[in-house]
Order: sequence, then structure tokens, then C-alpha cells
Amino acid sequence: MQERLSPAELEFNIPSIVTQAMQVGSKTQPFSSESSKLVTRIRDAKVVHSVCPYCAVGCGLNVYVKDGRVIDIEGNPDSPINHGTLCPKGAATFQYTVNPNRLTHVLHRAPFSDHWEVKSLDWAMEQIAQRIKQTRDETFVKSLPDGREVNHTLGIASLGGATLDVEENYLMKKLLSGGLGIVSIENQARI
Amino acid sequence: MNSDAILIMGSNMAEAHPVAFANVVQAKERGAKVMHIDPHYSRTSALANIYVATRAGSDIVFLGAVIHHLLETRSYFHEYVVHFTNAATLIRGDFGDTEDLEGLFSGFDPKTETYSDQSTWDYERDSEGRPLTDPTLQHPRCVFQIMRRHFARYTPEMVEEVCGVSQDQWFLVTQTLIENSGRERTSAICYAVGWTQQSKGVQIIRAAAIIQLLLGNIGRPGGGIMALRGHASIQGSTDVPTLYDLLAGYMPQPSALTPQQTLDEYISTSGQKTGWWSNIPAYIRSLLQAWYGEAANEEDGNCSYRWLPKMIGDHSHLATSYEMLDGKVRGYLLFGQNPAAGSTNSRMQRKALEQLDWMVVRDLYEVESAAFWYKQPGFGPDTEHVDSSKIKTEIFLLPAAASTEKEGCFTNTQRLLQWRDKAVDPPGDARSDLWFVYHLGRRLKELYSVSTESKDRPLQALTWDYDRKEPEPGSRIHDEPDTLLVLKEINGYYVHPLNQVDNEMGRQHAYKLHDAPHVPGFAALKSDGSTACGSWIYSGVYPEPGNNRAASRISEGYTFLQWGFSWPANRRILYNRASADPQGRPWSESKKYVWWDEEQQKWTGVDVPDFPVNKPPNYIPPVGAVGMDAHSGSDPFIMKPDGKGWLFVPKGLKDGPLPTHYEAAESPVHNALYKQQSNPAAKYFRNRPDNRLAAVDDPDYPIVITTYRLTEHHVSGPMTRWMPWLNALQPSLFAELSPELAAERNIQHGEWVIISTPRGEIEARAMVTRRMQPLRISGKIVHQIGLPFHWGFQGKSTGSITNDLAHMVLEPNVSIEEAKAFTCNIRPVRM
Repeated sequence: MQERLSPAELEFNIPSIVTQAMQVGSKTQPFSSESSKLVTRIRDAKVVHSVCPYCAVGCGLNVYVKDGRVIDIEGNPDSPINHGTLCPKGAATFQYTVNPNRLTHVLHRAPFSDHWEVKSLDWAMEQIAQRIKQTRDETFVKSLPDGREVNHTLGIASLGGATLDVEENYLMKKLLSGGLGIVSIENQARI
Repeated sequence: MNSDAILIMGSNMAEAHPVAFANVVQAKERGAKVMHIDPHYSRTSALANIYVATRAGSDIVFLGAVIHHLLETRSYFHEYVVHFTNAATLIRGDFGDTEDLEGLFSGFDPKTETYSDQSTWDYERDSEGRPLTDPTLQHPRCVFQIMRRHFARYTPEMVEEVCGVSQDQWFLVTQTLIENSGRERTSAICYAVGWTQQSKGVQIIRAAAIIQLLLGNIGRPGGGIMALRGHASIQGSTDVPTLYDLLAGYMPQPSALTPQQTLDEYISTSGQKTGWWSNIPAYIRSLLQAWYGEAANEEDGNCSYRWLPKMIGDHSHLATSYEMLDGKVRGYLLFGQNPAAGSTNSRMQRKALEQLDWMVVRDLYEVESAAFWYKQPGFGPDTEHVDSSKIKTEIFLLPAAASTEKEGCFTNTQRLLQWRDKAVDPPGDARSDLWFVYHLGRRLKELYSVSTESKDRPLQALTWDYDRKEPEPGSRIHDEPDTLLVLKEINGYYVHPLNQVDNEMGRQHAYKLHDAPHVPGFAALKSDGSTACGSWIYSGVYPEPGNNRAASRISEGYTFLQWGFSWPANRRILYNRASADPQGRPWSESKKYVWWDEEQQKWTGVDVPDFPVNKPPNYIPPVGAVGMDAHSGSDPFIMKPDGKGWLFVPKGLKDGPLPTHYEAAESPVHNALYKQQSNPAAKYFRNRPDNRLAAVDDPDYPIVITTYRLTEHHVSGPMTRWMPWLNALQPSLFAELSPELAAERNIQHGEWVIISTPRGEIEARAMVTRRMQPLRISGKIVHQIGLPFHWGFQGKSTGSITNDLAHMVLEPNVSIEEAKAFTCNIRPVRM
């Protein structure tokens, strides 16, 4: 990916007509020595290839990472799908991922409670496993009254968004259907 | 991009899929004709050569009239139609069409409101079971002649009366399609949820398929029907499905309603003797092997097959929400989904969530579906307090990782798998959904490890080992599962070493996922338990260690075959054998794509041929042939038992073999074509007090309403309304209405209006605009209004929930709601 040029470099690289246009009204460029030394933020950043999480067109993204943090997200110019372009949503992916409103802790709301409580991830995972086991054990049906085998539970349902990865969908169906016998495993793809 | 004409209908492509629309614009600059048919004038319309305003819900009349015109003026692509479609096939003598039965097909049971007997829709067959045909297309019972009768009443006059479209405009669109189809030219049709979210959505798409088959536009460059799907991996969620009625790769979920109690019964009821689906034994057995490992060998797979849960009805998301409302569903897992604002009739959805014992919500933000117990919509952007002490639902809200914080594949709307590398760790306790499911499974297996109950055996047998060999370098999360191992299982692997002789114990060495050799593609899959494969259509994506083709990023060539991996087998255009004539020669030089190479005796071209690569075009199947051998060398539609493109669907649809116009469940007019008002097989849930419907021509709800997306927001907003950049661009909910309707109701542009349906009322700002226009339908003026549906009571930009207005009548084949055409009323608020 080609770096953006600093203003000082521009003078030497852009054809003369542009240079002339820039100089209208002022023969001296208003750049200080400091500003001519400035470089783009993404210089020396690691470029990670990704895909836009919004619609299904599948635009390629370049995620720029510096010091373990995402500093910018742009369209991937190599992608034959978007050639580096993005729509307003795709161009805002940075703010979707780096956002002070994101949840970073597990929140638990007890039955009839009027507030959230912060809980540990480990505690929540254990509680969820217990709830699933209990509900499954109480609602599992092996056969219908006429003897037809069903081996299922209708007491638990699952609904996923369509920003889930292929691998995530695969494990969900495998565990929930193949392992637990849940039937209503559904996704945004339905609607 | 290669199209000579593009018809966009049921989609606002420029605003909902802007980057894909750039290709349409480029095609237009090259000279292609772009047509947009939509109730709502949008940026798509602005850039089209032809814009046609139509009434929401009338699509089949418009398209049916195109079909009628093609048939009666003989404007179809004769050679393509005769050889590649089932136009010549005879249908049984006892088939009854909507012409004979006042808008119903034969086999309808009014008691259950289903087509419980579809046997009459089948082909007429000889003693060998082969369909009878009349290549002259003259036999009164051949599909071609049945279609002529069926579509006879779909006339230009009817288009004018029902759609509100002038005959001239309709003709212009029809003529443009005809002029840009044939040997030298191809046309494409693009649609989105404007078609699918209707009580007859599948049949609208069927009508488009018929047009494209008649014009010879399937399997050819620049042709096709483009489903513009709406989410990053919505295609992936369908292929490797998290859907109740599907197993991986479009194999059906076993049902107790059909004889599918054993693996053999399953194969005989869901497979086919002829065509590609004859391979289903290998695919289902390999899936069982991937899920249950060693245990899948018991009874040659039948034992583990019986473990698969069986359906006993409609367990779709929306049908299940009724069950939830009735207290029958006690636990709910939400993975990045927001039914409290995003699902139809969302007021009812929120009520359903209150009936649960517990639910898990995994998301990046505190979405409406996690907050319904203390907050609800107030007036417009305001919120109201909810009495939490009355709501029992226990909620676990778990922070999830963003797409940049995990690796994995998205499958885009062109079936293209693209791998994302991981950029950074997710923050705090946020984890990938892969992490969540993997560790939940691990804990559950532990909890059930001591059980001796038969119901717990599947979980005990489930193969579940996705640990990384070493923790990910640089990550502080040390127990993230290995995504590539999951992809390997999806791709498939050998369970036993090839050509191995049993050892003295009579047992073969079995590989585990970690050390097993990859299968190269689905052709290697076997029905004897020697291969495992999580989704046969994805097989080939990861054919050997170090070669993840979804992560291939070489941007070269005409078809970019090394950019990602498109299923099946990296084919970019499905059924591309149809891009050559019956003899295997390209239809024309300009549309050359895949052809028979006489010298090399194989199919070749710029794409991976979607056909047995060595089967010559002149191959004729011997009597009694099965599998792919039963198809001739000129049968491109390899997934169909007869190898033909289906103009008439003899099996598999729940609301008829041919598209038929029915009015939407809520409509301002009576059906002008048939006595039958709306889709007879749709699921109405009429006795539900939470889902009341307006009557036909209801004076209280006379206005047609349709809903749509804006570029700047995504569905109900969980991924956009927390972002100031996007909120600045689209700050609030509005309703688009015509100046005529505004004048009639005394509504000023920019002021608050109330929109009401029998399900509820919401507020929005009035956007009085020429983009909506009144239409003359069946002699009276019909107004339409349009609403985006992106708002809710959470996030940094709040507003009324448009889905509170929509009802929950479901399309019979796929159980989709009808959010694109229903009725409402509108009045000013005057605060």
C-alpha cells in the first residue's frame, strides 16, 4: 500500500500544473519544517487484512495496528470487490470496534431485579452451563406419544446474527443441535 | 458488470449495497440499461435509465405479464428453453391449475391451510420413472402449454390496474430485457428483502427465475439472479446453517413428520436417485463422522443419525416467538441478534422475552433485547421506565468480540468465503462467539460426563477438541480455540489412512482432527465412515495444511479465481455449463465462459466448470442409469433430478408449482386476478390477539406501508446507533410520504406524525417528498408511505421501533415475515 505523501514531498511528486495551482496567491508554501517532517499515522503500522462486518458485499478492509491498538481501518485497494472504496458504514468500522460504549464485563440481571451486577466471566459460563443443563433435562423428549423418536428439546431456543463467522455457526449447530438436541436454532438468515 | 441490462426490483441497491452498485454504474457507463422498479424513488432510481413506481406487493403481476409476453410473442430463447429447461416435460393429467380452481392449485386442504397432497404436481412418467417430454412444446400438458394458460390473465392491462404501472412503462422494461438477452447479450436481475419479506416472497423470486430461464440468462456471464443479502456472513449462516430446518450444505434437518426415523429412510426421502443429490449418503455420513467420531460407526451411522433432533413443525425464529409468548420456551441464547427491535411485531417480541426463565445475550453493546426489563420506547426518541419487579427473566449479558478481534470466514452474497486475520485482542472480558461456544461445550460435556442416560450420549460422543497446540503469540487470551481446526473439520478429513489393511485386532487406526489428512474436496467424501466433513459444499476450502483458500488474496484474472474461495469447488457462476449450447460451443464469442474442448475431451473455460468435467455434450444416459450418469451431456442443472432448469416446480414448494399473484396479508384492494385474496398457504396465526390484521380495504388502515434501509445504519442499529459518525449522518427516524397524502392529512414536512397499525403506534418525523407517489389501483387512489427501521430505545440515537408496526404472518416455504407490504394510517401529532 502506497503511503500518503507529506506536503513537502508533494512538491516534488505532483506534476507541475498541480504545483502551480497550489502556489496561486503565494509563492512560498506555508509549511514549517515541523510539518514537512510529519508522516502519516499509519506509517510503520501493521496491516491486518479483514472484511467489512456490515452488508454481504464483502468489501476488503485494511486494519492498521500500532502498539497493540487499532489506529485506523480503510478499504483494501487490492480487493477486486471494493478496490479500496467503502460506504459510510464500512468507513466507520473503526468506531464500531473502538468505542467507549462497548461492553467489557459480564452483566447479570437476577429475576425481578432492577439492576445489573458485574460478574466474572468464569462465574457466568458456569451458571449458563447449569441453566442449559437444567432446562434441557426438564424438557427433553425422546419420543412422541405414538412412539416416533424425536430426541429433542423445545424448551431452549437460539438466535444468531449474521455477522457470526462460518466457524462459529458450525460449532453452534454442532453443540446445540448435535450435542444438546435443541431444534429452534435460528439466524438472521431466516428473516 | 458483464450485463447488458440490469433489472433491480425489491432492492435499493445504491443505498443498501453501495459498493456492489458501483459495478452496476460501471456497466451503465459501458452502455448497459439499468431499470429500477420500486414503490420508493431512491438513489438507485436516480441512477437508473428507467424508474418505474409500483405498488408494494404487486410484483408477481408485473413479472407474470413479462412471462406472458415472452411466451405469446415467442420472444424466449428457444434453443435454451427446449434443451435446458423443463418446458417440454409433461405434467400429470390430474394436475389442477389456479385457472381451474379459482386461484388454488390441486392438493389444497382448507382445514390445515396447506397443500398436503402435492402428488398431482409431479411429472408424467414412463414405466422406468423417467419424465415424458414433448420437444415440440405442443402437448397440452407440457409445462410450456400449462404456463401459457396459467399466465394468460397476466396482461399489460392487469399490470396497470394492479401495480399502478402504465402499460407503456411495463412494455419498456419488458422490451429492454428481451433486447438484451439471447446469444450475444445477457441481462441480470437483482433483488433483496423487498421480495423476500412478503407472504409470497419465494414465488416472486420464482417468477424472476422463470423469466431468466426463458431468456437464457442463467449460468452465463452477465446473467443470473442476484440475491443481495444483507449481512456480512448471512450466506455463511445459511450454508453452514444455524437454521432449524437445515443440516450443513442444504441437507434437511430430520423430521418426525416424514418417515425419517432411520438413516436409510432419511437418505431415501431427502436424497435423489438421479442428479448430484444422489451423493447425499456420503455427505450425511461424513457429517455424522465429523460430529460424533468413532460413535458414528455404530450401526453404520444409523445410531448417531437417530441422535439428531427431529422437527415436529415450524420451529423458525418467528414461530418460536409465539411459543415463547406461551411460556413453552424457557431458555434463550442470543448471539448478536436483537429481536426486541429488529424482529417483526417487536412489541410482541419484547413481551415474549418477559416469559423466559433465562436468556443469554452476547453483543458488543447493551442492545434493546438486553434492556427490555427496565426500559421501553416512549414518545419518538424518548424512553419510558418499566416496572422490573414484574419481570422474571434472568439475563446474562456477555461482551462479544468485534470482527477485527477474531479470525474466521465470512461468506459474502456471491458465495465467496473470505478469511479475516485477527488484528487485536477483544477488550476486557469480551470473547469471540467461537470461544463462548467452545467453552460452553467443554463445561457441558463435563457436567454430563457421569451420566448414563441415553439422551446424554450424543453430547458425550460429540468430538470437541479445538485447543490450540500453543497459545496465540502476543494474545493475553490463552484459551481461544483454534479457528483453523474448525475450518479443517468443515472442509473434511480422512478418518483412516488410505488403503490401510485392518490390523490383527480387526480395527483400523483412526485419525483425530489434529493429525488427520485433509480431504481435497467433496468428491473424495465417502458413505462408509472413512471421511468426516462438516459441510460438503465448503469442502475444498482448506485442501491441505498451509493452504486456506479463503485467505488467498491474489487479485488477478477475469474471474479472480484466487481471491477467496467460492463454494462449491470455487465455481464463480453456478450451472455455468449453460453458458455453452447443447453441443458444448459458446453461445457467442462475446459471452464465452465455459465450453467443451473437443481436443482435450473436457470442459474448460474461465471458471471451474459446474459439470462432470469429462462428460461429453453428446452423452446420452442408458436406460436405468442412476446418479450423475442419468443426466445427458446437455443437462446443465446438475442439482435437479432431471438436470433441467425448473420453469414448473414439480416438487418441494409449499405454495404451488407456479407463481401466482395473491395480495399481501394486509391490502387496500381485493385480488383482481382470483377469488383467493392472499397466499392460501401462508401462516396467519389469526387467533393471536398480539397479531391483529387490518381487513381488506380497511377504512381505518387505507395506506400501504413499506420499510427499508438507509446507507448509514444497519438493521435495528446495534452496529451503528452507538457511533457518532453515523448518527450525525442519519440522526432520526422519518416517514416518507407524498405531498398529496400530506395535503390530505394536513401534515407539514418535518413535523411529528403518528403511524398506526392494529399492532401499535409509533412516531416519526414527516418527510414530505415526491419520492413517494400516489398510484391509481383498481380505479382508486392508493397512497404509500416508506419507513426506515433502524431505530430503538438504546444507543446514542434513539427513536420509535418501526417493527412495532409490522405483523407476523409468515411465508409458507421459509417463514419470513411480511415487512415490505402491509397497511397503516397516519396523522399529525401537533404538539
